[in-house]
Amino acid sequence: MAEANGTQITFLEAIKQAMFEEMERDPAVVLLGEDVGVYGGAFKTSEGLLERFGWERVIDTPISESAIIGAACGMSYAGLRPIAELQFIDFIVCAFNQITNFVAKGHYLWNAPAPMVMRGPSGGGVHGGPFHSANPEMYFVHTPGLKVIYPSTPYDAKGLLKAAVRDNNPVLFFEHKFLYRRIKGEVPTEDYTVPIGKATVRREGKHLTIISYAAMMHTSLEAAAALAKEGIEAEVIDLRTLLPLDEETILESVRKTNRCLVVHEDTKTGGIAGEIAAILCEKAFGDLDGPLMRVTALDTPVPYSPPLEEYFLPNAKKVFDAAKELARY
Amino acid sequence: MATDVVMPQMGESIFEGTITKWLKKPGDKVERDEPLFEISTDKVDAEIPSPSAGVLKEIKVNEGQTVPIQTVVAVIDGAGSAAAAPASAPAKAPAPEAADAPAPPPAAKPAAPPPAAAAPTQAAPQAVPASQRSGERIHSSPLVRRMAAERGIDLTTVPGTGAGGRISKQDIEAVIAAGGVPAAAPPPSAPSAPPPRPAPPATSAAPAPPAVSGGQIHVAFESAVPREKIYFGNYQVEPMSNMRQRIAEHMVASKRVSAHVYSVDEIDMTKVASLRAKAKDEFEQRYETKLTFMPFFVKAAVAGLRAFPTMNASLDGTNVVLHKEINIGIAVALDWGLIVPVVKGADEKNVLGIQRTLNDLAERARSKKLKPEEVQEGTFSITNPGVFGGLFGLPVISQPNVGILGLGMIEKRPVVINDSIAIRSMCYVTLSYDHRVVDGAVAHRFLHKVKETLENWSEPVL
Repeated sequence: MAEANGTQITFLEAIKQAMFEEMERDPAVVLLGEDVGVYGGAFKTSEGLLERFGWERVIDTPISESAIIGAACGMSYAGLRPIAELQFIDFIVCAFNQITNFVAKGHYLWNAPAPMVMRGPSGGGVHGGPFHSANPEMYFVHTPGLKVIYPSTPYDAKGLLKAAVRDNNPVLFFEHKFLYRRIKGEVPTEDYTVPIGKATVRREGKHLTIISYAAMMHTSLEAAAALAKEGIEAEVIDLRTLLPLDEETILESVRKTNRCLVVHEDTKTGGIAGEIAAILCEKAFGDLDGPLMRVTALDTPVPYSPPLEEYFLPNAKKVFDAAKELARY
Repeated sequence: MATDVVMPQMGESIFEGTITKWLKKPGDKVERDEPLFEISTDKVDAEIPSPSAGVLKEIKVNEGQTVPIQTVVAVIDGAGSAAAAPASAPAKAPAPEAADAPAPPPAAKPAAPPPAAAAPTQAAPQAVPASQRSGERIHSSPLVRRMAAERGIDLTTVPGTGAGGRISKQDIEAVIAAGGVPAAAPPPSAPSAPPPRPAPPATSAAPAPPAVSGGQIHVAFESAVPREKIYFGNYQVEPMSNMRQRIAEHMVASKRVSAHVYSVDEIDMTKVASLRAKAKDEFEQRYETKLTFMPFFVKAAVAGLRAFPTMNASLDGTNVVLHKEINIGIAVALDWGLIVPVVKGADEKNVLGIQRTLNDLAERARSKKLKPEEVQEGTFSITNPGVFGGLFGLPVISQPNVGILGLGMIEKRPVVINDSIAIRSMCYVTLSYDHRVVDGAVAHRFLHKVKETLENWSEPVL
C-alpha cells in the first residue's frame, strides 16, 4: 500500500486510503460488495483490506445489489457503519427499492438512520458501453433523505469519502472511473476530511461561470484555458456534492459573472443543469445577463462504438464553443 | 468576434463548390445552423447552415462563383454588430419630435447619437442607434433591466452591442459610467405647444390664464362617441404614430384655445407670376436653387407683420407678447405627417435668402434631418393648401402664434379691371387669426398689406 507522505497519488489510491484509514479509525466500519475481499475489488480499490481487517469486516457478497444494499441497511440499523460497494454503479438500480424506500426513508419513518456509504465506479469515456458507463446520480438527487457526492480530485475523493463514512446519513459516493488512474493529486499525510455539501471554485473568472463535477470538471478547466486565450475568463466551479447542492457558491459566482454554463456527463434531460437553471432563475434572475446554457451528454443510452461515444459525450471543444457563445451573447 | 464561413467539403472527392444562392444579405441577423447559402457541387446541391449566430458582415464570394473547399465565402460578426441597422422603422417621429418623445434630453453618451439629433444615423459603430428602437421590443436581459430600473435609465436610449443588438451588461455599464441618462418623466398627456416644440421654459408670474397656463397646453383629445359607432362592419385599426398623435393634440388644443376667425381675400399674382417666369431659369442657374412663389408670400407677410406688429405676437395669460424677431414658420407636408420649420429672421432676408432657406428646410424636413431649434420660435405661419388644389383653406393657428396665412391655388381666372374682363393669375388667401388678440380691423388691414405688396411687387429677384 502506497504511503501518503504528501506525495501524488491516483484517484483510485485515494479511495483505498480513505477506506483503509476509516476502517482503522473506527471498528464499526465494514466493507461489503462483489469481489471486494479476496479479489481486492474489480478496480483494486480494496486491495489489501481483507488481509488487514479480516473476513468479518471485508465481506464478499453474492451478485445481488439488492442484497448488498439491504444487508448494509440492516447492518447500519444494528450499529455498524457499512461501506457498500457496487462493482459498477450501473447496477445500483437493482437496489433501487432498497435505497429509496428503506435506506432513504427509514430515519423519517421509524427514526432509524442508516449511516452507510454506497460507492462504486461510475461514468463513461472508457468504451464501457451502456451497462458500464452510467451516471445515475439524479435518481438519487431526486430522493429526499440521501446525500450524493461526486468528487473530481484525489484530495476531494479521500476527504469526502472519509466525511461520508463519518456522516450519519446514507451517502451515495460516485467515483468516476475515467479518473481512477488518469488523475493524480496530492493528499496530506494527516487525517482530514472535506465538508459534504460545499462546492469549490477551481478557477476564478469574471465573464461567465462554468459549473461542473467529476470528469467534466477537468474538461471544463481545459476549455477555460482555451477560452482565456481568447480573452474570456471563465470561473469554474466544482460542485463536488450534488445533494445537498451548494447554492451559495453558485449564486455568488453567477451574481458576479452574470452568465452560467453547466457541464455534466449525465444525459441532458433531468440532469442537474436543469435544477441549477431553475435555482438561478428563482434566486438570481435580476443578475442574469445571458441564457442558462448546458453542455451535456445526449439523451440516449451510452453508445458502445467509440466514435459514437465520443459524439455522445461532452468534450472540451463543445464546452469551449458553448462558453464562447454565452460570453458573446 | 468574427467567424469565417467556408465552402464546405460535401464529399471525399469534392474539392470545390459553387455558390448558387445567398439566403441572407450583409446586415441580416443569422442564427446558428440557420440556412445561410446554397451551393452546387459535382455530387450534390446543398443548403449550408450558418456556423454561428450573429450578423452577416460580409459576403466574399458571390452567387455564381466557384471556389475551392475551405475558401472563406463570408464573415459573420458574432458581436451583434448592427452595421446595417434595420431600415428606418416607419412612422418614426422626425428628429425634432424626439425632444418631447419618451427619449430624454440629449446627454453625454459615449456611443449613442443623441435622440433629438438628426434621423437615426449610422455613426455609432456597431450599436443599434437608440432612436431606432422606439416601438420595438428592447432586447436586454434581466440584469440589464434591473440595472436600468435602479438608475432610472431609459433603455430605449442605450445602444446595444450584444448578440443581435441586445443591450448587454457592458452596454449599460458604459452608459452608467458616462453619467447615466435619466429617463424623462413620461410626457404629459399633452405635449407642449406647437408639435415639434420641446417642453417650453417656465413662464413668468403672469396670472394663470384659463387654458394656456405655464406655457403648456394640457389637452388630451376627447371623443364622446360610443365605441359602437366606430367599430362596425369591416375595419382595420391603424395605431397613430407619435407624430400623428402630437398633431391631433395640437390641433384640438389650438382650436380650443384661440378664437379662430377667418378672413379671405383675393390677390392678383400676375405681376409676381410674370416676374418669376422671366427670372426663374437664370435664378436656378445662378443660385442653384429653384425659385417658387413662396418667398414672395413670405416677404409680403413680413411687410404686413412689420406694419401690424400685433399679428406677430403671442398671448401669455393677459400679456400680449410682441415679438421683435419675425420668424415665419412654413408648413411642410410629409409623407408621414406635417411639420413646420421656421425661417428665422425672415425680415432680414431677400428673396434669394428666403428661397434658399425654404428649400433647405423643406429638404431636410423630408429627410428627417431638421434640428430642434429649426422648428421652434416661429412668430407667424404660412401654409399652402392651394398646392393640393381647391380654392382656399381655413387653416388652424399654430400655437402660440396669433395668425396663419393660408395660400390658395394660383390659377388664371377672369377678373374685372377697369370695367373690362382680364385674365389674371389669381390667388385666394385666408388669414386665420386669434380674435382674443387681433380684431377684424387689424386682420383685414394686415391682409390688405399683404395683397398690396404682392400686387405691386417691386423688389428685384435676381
